[in-house]
Amino acid sequence: MEGMYAFCVGLLTACGIFLILRGRSFSVVVGLTLLSYAVNLFLFASGRLKLNAAAVLGESEQYSDPLPQALVLTAIVIGFAMTAFAVILAMRARADLGSDHVDGALAPPSRDAAPKNGGSR
Amino acid sequence: MNALIWLPFLPLLGSLVPLFAARFSRTTCAFMTAILPAITLLLVLSHAGEIFNGSLFQASIPWIPSMGLELAFRLDGLALLFSILILGIGLLVILYARYYLSATDSIGKFYAYLILFMFAMLGVVLSDNLIQIWFFWELTSISSFLLISFWGHKTEARKGARMALTVTGAGGLALLAGLLILGDTVGSYSLQIVLYSGDLIKSSASYPVIVVLILLGAFTKSAQFPFHFWLPNAMAAPTPVSAYLHSATMVKAGIFLMARFYPALANTDLWFLIVSLTGLATFLVGAYIALFQHDLKGLLANSTISHLGLITLLLGMGTDLAAVAAIFHIINHAIFKASLFMAAGIIDHESGSRDMRQLNGLWKYMPYTATLAMVASASMAGVPLLNGFLSKEMFFTETLHQASLGSLSWFIPVLATLGGVLAVAYSTRFIHDVFFNGEPINLPKTPHEPPRYMRVPVEILVALCLIVGIFPSMVVGDLLFAAASATLNGLVPVYSLAIWHGFTFPLLMSVIALIGGLLVYKNRSHLFKFQSQFPASDPKLVFEGIVQSITAKANRFISLTENGSLQRYIFFTLVLAVIMTASSLMKLNTTAGQRAEIPLDALSITCAVLLCLAALATVVCHRSRMMALITLSVVGLIVSLAFAKFSAPDLALTQLSVEVVTIILLILALFFLPQKTPKESSPRRVVRDLGLASFAGGIVGTICYALMTRPLDTISTFFTANSKTGGGGTNIVNVILVDFRGFDTLGEITVLGIAALGIYKLIARMRLYMPSTDDHGRPWSKDKHPILLSVISQSLLPLALLVSAYIFLRGHNMPGGGFIAGLITSVAIIQQYVAHGVEWIKTRIKLDYQVMIGMGIGISTLSGLGSWAFGQPFLKTWFDYFYLPVIGKFELASAMIFDLGVFLTVVGATMLILANLGQLTTSERLTQQEQE
Repeated sequence: MEGMYAFCVGLLTACGIFLILRGRSFSVVVGLTLLSYAVNLFLFASGRLKLNAAAVLGESEQYSDPLPQALVLTAIVIGFAMTAFAVILAMRARADLGSDHVDGALAPPSRDAAPKNGGSR
Repeated sequence: MNALIWLPFLPLLGSLVPLFAARFSRTTCAFMTAILPAITLLLVLSHAGEIFNGSLFQASIPWIPSMGLELAFRLDGLALLFSILILGIGLLVILYARYYLSATDSIGKFYAYLILFMFAMLGVVLSDNLIQIWFFWELTSISSFLLISFWGHKTEARKGARMALTVTGAGGLALLAGLLILGDTVGSYSLQIVLYSGDLIKSSASYPVIVVLILLGAFTKSAQFPFHFWLPNAMAAPTPVSAYLHSATMVKAGIFLMARFYPALANTDLWFLIVSLTGLATFLVGAYIALFQHDLKGLLANSTISHLGLITLLLGMGTDLAAVAAIFHIINHAIFKASLFMAAGIIDHESGSRDMRQLNGLWKYMPYTATLAMVASASMAGVPLLNGFLSKEMFFTETLHQASLGSLSWFIPVLATLGGVLAVAYSTRFIHDVFFNGEPINLPKTPHEPPRYMRVPVEILVALCLIVGIFPSMVVGDLLFAAASATLNGLVPVYSLAIWHGFTFPLLMSVIALIGGLLVYKNRSHLFKFQSQFPASDPKLVFEGIVQSITAKANRFISLTENGSLQRYIFFTLVLAVIMTASSLMKLNTTAGQRAEIPLDALSITCAVLLCLAALATVVCHRSRMMALITLSVVGLIVSLAFAKFSAPDLALTQLSVEVVTIILLILALFFLPQKTPKESSPRRVVRDLGLASFAGGIVGTICYALMTRPLDTISTFFTANSKTGGGGTNIVNVILVDFRGFDTLGEITVLGIAALGIYKLIARMRLYMPSTDDHGRPWSKDKHPILLSVISQSLLPLALLVSAYIFLRGHNMPGGGFIAGLITSVAIIQQYVAHGVEWIKTRIKLDYQVMIGMGIGISTLSGLGSWAFGQPFLKTWFDYFYLPVIGKFELASAMIFDLGVFLTVVGATMLILANLGQLTTSERLTQQEQE
């Protein structure tokens, strides 16, 4: 099970990093989300995998490590805030710069293409 | 602790005085400025008697003793000599500058810089710690930069100052490196210890490196060949600055450094070779260039270079007598050169020119100044009965005793005599060209004598030239002995300061120098003609060219690596991270550890395959953004299932609700962003990124696997043991969040609130227009919200809120809590937004989400502070059990109030983000078509 788990974490990391390296902000946000799944799973796994061992007193004989769980719980929420911030920033960048490229340096889309894609001012 | 500590700091205080005193008259300002340095000088002199008897004063304040860092000062003979020069000549310069500076110059600023420089110099000579010497050393570079660029409106002042700073600053860095290695070799940064570790240092392998680095610092500061070019360009400074920095202080700092480290570093072949040859070259080059200068100060600057070379040469000769001669010449040169600079300043001031081709026959206009300048100049030339003669004779004597160059040793006295000839020649030029030699040509002003008190400093210094020259041992004997004793670690050889040693060889050399110099000056027209054949090269231009080419190269390098592309930066950062983790992972012998693995089951495999497929699909379809979002949500759901599977119900609940919120957010955002990503990446880039991503993924997977298969040594047993008894809850995760690590949680909800407010501000002025059509050009549906959805979600709302309340209340003991309940509530409210639209909600739910965030954080903080009222630490939980009919036994805990704060913040933040983003889609906003 551990091997499979590790493989999944690795794959999520790889997918996330590949998308982060793309040029458009939306892909980067999706990549960040994938990467944060990987990171959360990774951190969670540092408490080792246990079946039927919820960290609630009296519910089982042995308990999984509650500390990584507590850390990951807040990480998930903060991760949401970060994703939200990144995506809104991407929208704002598109509004102000006229491009959704992360470098913000590309020429704004031509007038014909603009109405199709929504677009900026 | 004694008065020694105050010595350098009195001038530091004194550098503030002129800033306040500048509002009074210039005389008052000069007088007030002089007070503190004068007190310092008296303090120094009060120690003189004991130092002459061989005492050494030390004082230190420890700072970081374990690292050898301390504030330590020492006052020995060498430091005494330099302190007297720095403070004494400094006082004369203060007086002189009072008359030199014009009414338009800010005299307060000038004095402040000057005294700051004085402080730095005193720091250098008094320091008893290597690092501290370097610190003050750099301070002299900086304060001299300020002084040289005092007339910042002149280009040459700015360029000269920049050049001086660059050269001496670069040397300072070399010096730092040298001192660090030196301290490391000795094992202490205390100068006292270093001075007595000469043998250890010289036998260590790093000795050559230390010597070269420290000498680089000394040579750049003391304008030794080939770093001499900055000194003439620093002449753009006001003349009082030149008189101070370039006679007695700044340029002498390098000499001081060599003298200071003489016991520790000198007397080896390497030292001899570098120091003496550099000194000799500088001596000759400076003297030769000086002869051809037309600028008065240029002549003096180059003669300074030459004399510094002479002192360096003496320090490099390796005999103790030569070191004594070097110290003696330091004193003499400081005296006559300061007076000459001041005289040159007077001439400039009263005639308006420094060009010797214009200045002629000034004797008639200013005989008094002329006499003073002529005496000082004669001292510079080495005429008997003046102080310059004495040390120059000692110099000649020492050159005769050199055998270090083997059979070529006779070169040294011959070249020394040649240098002497040139010195006489340029000194004669200074006298004859300026004060005689016909009539002035086209001077801007009619020259006249300077104000009475402007002459006083020159008179004092010239008088010293004579007194030292005639009664040497009486006037400076003790000082010289003490300084030489400090330089040689107490082993001062027998020397004689008499004027007349009989008809000796050195006397012959002096005579040759005098006659030869006069002859050279007489035939100068031939020399000038010869010199004019060389193309004139301005070191300023050469230097500027070098600086610019370095800047251009640096710019090219920067534009290569730092081209403004975030995409590239991320790539570089990730590559670095991969390399660094990979290299340390290789040290791990086996991937798998000892811990037994959980056996696989069919359900898990199915989920894992689904997860992998969904993740890959996200990558593959990332250019079709909606598709990528759908597959992304599959990944998120399976992640939450994984949490549930591996005994983390809290995480599963959180992940599930965050997933919903995230996907809704991304869909909303996608509405305003292009629906498709254009194909931009070149195949090469795709392959490159795929490679990097696979590498990184492989590394993370490996670490994860290695981690999971090794036994766990956790600190969580404490939490498990104390969760119920200390925190009053059985859900350990929740108790950690609200109690054990409640402070962390408080920080985290604060971050959440800040992020939400940041997003709110970003949205508030967003100038995005609603797209009217989708990606394929189909207009968006203008249908009302489906009635079925509205009705169902409206009736679901109470149920959802009830669930949320239940999850919240049971959180302390069962999976749940503020975070999860907050997210569930948010999802319930968002559903209403989705089903009814923003306008409908706006009129019904009147919640100010910003206030909600503030309340949440406030409540959490207050609940933490509340425990203070009971004398408990911040965020300490109180809990007890109560009994009510019907409900039965239940628990009340202060942690629940904290959790309520968390709940409110989460709801507020989530809703602030989503509701405001959703609001952008309302009909009140203009669509793009309407805009056009």
